[in-house]
Amino acid sequence: MAQARASTTSTSSASSSGDFPPFNQRHLLSIADLQQHEIIQLLDRAEAMVPVSRQERKSHPTLTGKTQINLFFEPSTRTQGSFEIAGKRLGALVMNMSVKSSSVSKGETLVDTATTLNAMRPDVIVVRHGAAGAVELLSQKVGCAVINAGDGAHEHPTQALLDALTIRNHKGRISGLTVAICGDIANSRVVRSNLLLLGALNVRTRVIAPRNLLPVGIEHLASEVFTDMREGLAGADVVMMLRLQHERAQGRMIPSVREYYRFYGLDAEKLSYAKPDAIVMHPGPMNRGVEIDPAIADGPASVITDQVEMGVAVRMAVLDALLPSRNEP
Amino acid sequence: MSTPVSRPTLIENARIVDPASGTDSQGAVLIEDGLIAEIAIGAPIGVPDGAEVINAKGLILAPGLIDMRVFTGEPGKEYRETLQSAGDAAAAGGVTSFVMMPDTTPVVDDGALVDFLIRRAKATSRVNVLPAGAITKGLNGTEMTEYGLLKEAGAVCLTDGRHAIQSPAMLRTAMSYAANYGMIFVHHLCDTDLAGAGVMNEGLFATILGLKGIPREAETIPLARDLQLAALTGVNYHAAQISCAASVELVAAAKRRNKSVTAGVSINNLALNENDIGRYRTFFKLSTPLRSEDDRQAIVEGLRNGTIDTIHSDHDPQDTEVKRQPFAEASDGAIGLETLLAAALRLVHSGDVDILTVLRAMTSRPADILGLAAGRIAVGAPADLILFDLEYPWQVSEQQLRSRSRNTSFEGARLAGKVMRTIVGGETVFEHVD
Repeated sequence: MAQARASTTSTSSASSSGDFPPFNQRHLLSIADLQQHEIIQLLDRAEAMVPVSRQERKSHPTLTGKTQINLFFEPSTRTQGSFEIAGKRLGALVMNMSVKSSSVSKGETLVDTATTLNAMRPDVIVVRHGAAGAVELLSQKVGCAVINAGDGAHEHPTQALLDALTIRNHKGRISGLTVAICGDIANSRVVRSNLLLLGALNVRTRVIAPRNLLPVGIEHLASEVFTDMREGLAGADVVMMLRLQHERAQGRMIPSVREYYRFYGLDAEKLSYAKPDAIVMHPGPMNRGVEIDPAIADGPASVITDQVEMGVAVRMAVLDALLPSRNEP
Repeated sequence: MSTPVSRPTLIENARIVDPASGTDSQGAVLIEDGLIAEIAIGAPIGVPDGAEVINAKGLILAPGLIDMRVFTGEPGKEYRETLQSAGDAAAAGGVTSFVMMPDTTPVVDDGALVDFLIRRAKATSRVNVLPAGAITKGLNGTEMTEYGLLKEAGAVCLTDGRHAIQSPAMLRTAMSYAANYGMIFVHHLCDTDLAGAGVMNEGLFATILGLKGIPREAETIPLARDLQLAALTGVNYHAAQISCAASVELVAAAKRRNKSVTAGVSINNLALNENDIGRYRTFFKLSTPLRSEDDRQAIVEGLRNGTIDTIHSDHDPQDTEVKRQPFAEASDGAIGLETLLAAALRLVHSGDVDILTVLRAMTSRPADILGLAAGRIAVGAPADLILFDLEYPWQVSEQQLRSRSRNTSFEGARLAGKVMRTIVGGETVFEHVD
């Protein structure tokens, strides 16, 4: 179902963004900022980017001469790598900056960092930060586009986009599906972005977690809330598992991994309650044997590696959508 | 400020609103030697020789406000606020006396510091500065300070400011010892363990923002504990600031049994709610946090029915460096001396609370609790008075505020009601210029 547009002109100067209406957002800070048609446009743009990474010369240089800074205040392998590859395949100069939050607390504030980087005149800054709202604060202090790569427990918009693209590719549609998200709902930015995005596309959303991992008011954000995993999975088209920060969780959040796995770990028996063709997703990195049975994670229902591939396409699409609109006269 | 005995001042044609006596009528007040010398309701007063005459037509004459919770930057963080700049802000806001919290560097936990501050404030501040003494040394929550010596030096009450003592045993001892000297015990309510890493009210809004919530129980559990210990020890207990409906109920129940219990509320919790945080606006990051609209309405009702005794500004100057941060990492606090009256008058203009009740909570009630002669328009009382225009429309602009810090939670707010003149000890310390 990949669209042919732009996929065969990788070395030409043609811009895929020309095939889409202008994307009228300065930044990508949260799914909450996006209208339904903007979400669909980003998914379509990402779809068009998929072939670029599948061809031999993985190059679609629409961002030649542009500078992208990946500013990560929290360690991340896959998200940072995905943004780096996305930028490089579009021809941007990509710089990675990993800032340990401890060195920030030693003196330089986030605003100082933003001002300093801004003076280097980047075209886009991709930011991950441990505090909710931090990326938005930074965006107010710079003159370039800013992409939120995760801010605390607030949002992770490109994750929700890549999840949606993966679902669309496997199910042929998004609207009308039932998506069950299971795990540490309280501390997950992935959940918030996904509930917003899927909600905007008329998905029946469910969250499943023990009560102490459900944040107050979640019943207003998800269509249904379950504490029993089998009930929550019944009839689901998509099962999305979340990573449990079990090193941190043990003792206060959950008593033990074995109890958590017994009641909230995805195994074949629990998955059998979902639809027979249900797909299994995970934003990674996975804890096999904590929230998911390795046999499921690596089994036929799993689309986890597809998510990683769609991640690159989504990030290429977002970069491509944000940058031309800012630099045309 | 020390000034030679001045000539008499006559304020006439004023609408005198004095909550202590329940007065709301036209009249005149004569000031002599810094004290209120004569009050005439409905009738004129003859102009004494050489008197200055102020025609207060169209203005309300009320006791100057007494603000029970003000943080300053002096000593230690003068770049945030000095006693002088706080005094200027207070004068412009109609606050003629404020209780200064002990959260300074060094902490006000020693009689010598209280003595120093009183003298320093007399020399530099336009309004009366009333130092509070710390309950525990260095606000550490574990060792008592010298309550007797603090009282002798002039501390008007005991409080650990924005710090909340966690140990019930410590609180029991401190309350009991404070009762020994008849000291008012003012306590901030926060179970720090339950509040945890929370940064705003727990609820849907915090969940949407991805911020950790502070449950109401982090306030009500320590409040219930304090109220029981207050009854046990017989101390005059003042809940520093309550923010939620359940706390109003607890205080109301305690007051039915114990006459020595009072409660305050920050103007922020009366005028604002958690939705004002919007998208991570850190000037609304407060401790006590802003709660839901239902809680705010319960607080308003508590004020109306007398459960809540006092309204204060919770004036807390913080500089840009600590406020321009991600929400969870920013400091708590907002300035409020200059906007206190106008923000409180919103309740009058909306018809929620009558003017006598609103003013009582900022004049005679704090005066009664602290044992001050001020806070009322009575013959022989200090001439700490304000003249204000109840309807005067203005828009808050941080650039025009007198505080050294800019962290107002009312930036851009359109308010009605402005102080036209502030008088402390018979001397005009602020006059509004259009």
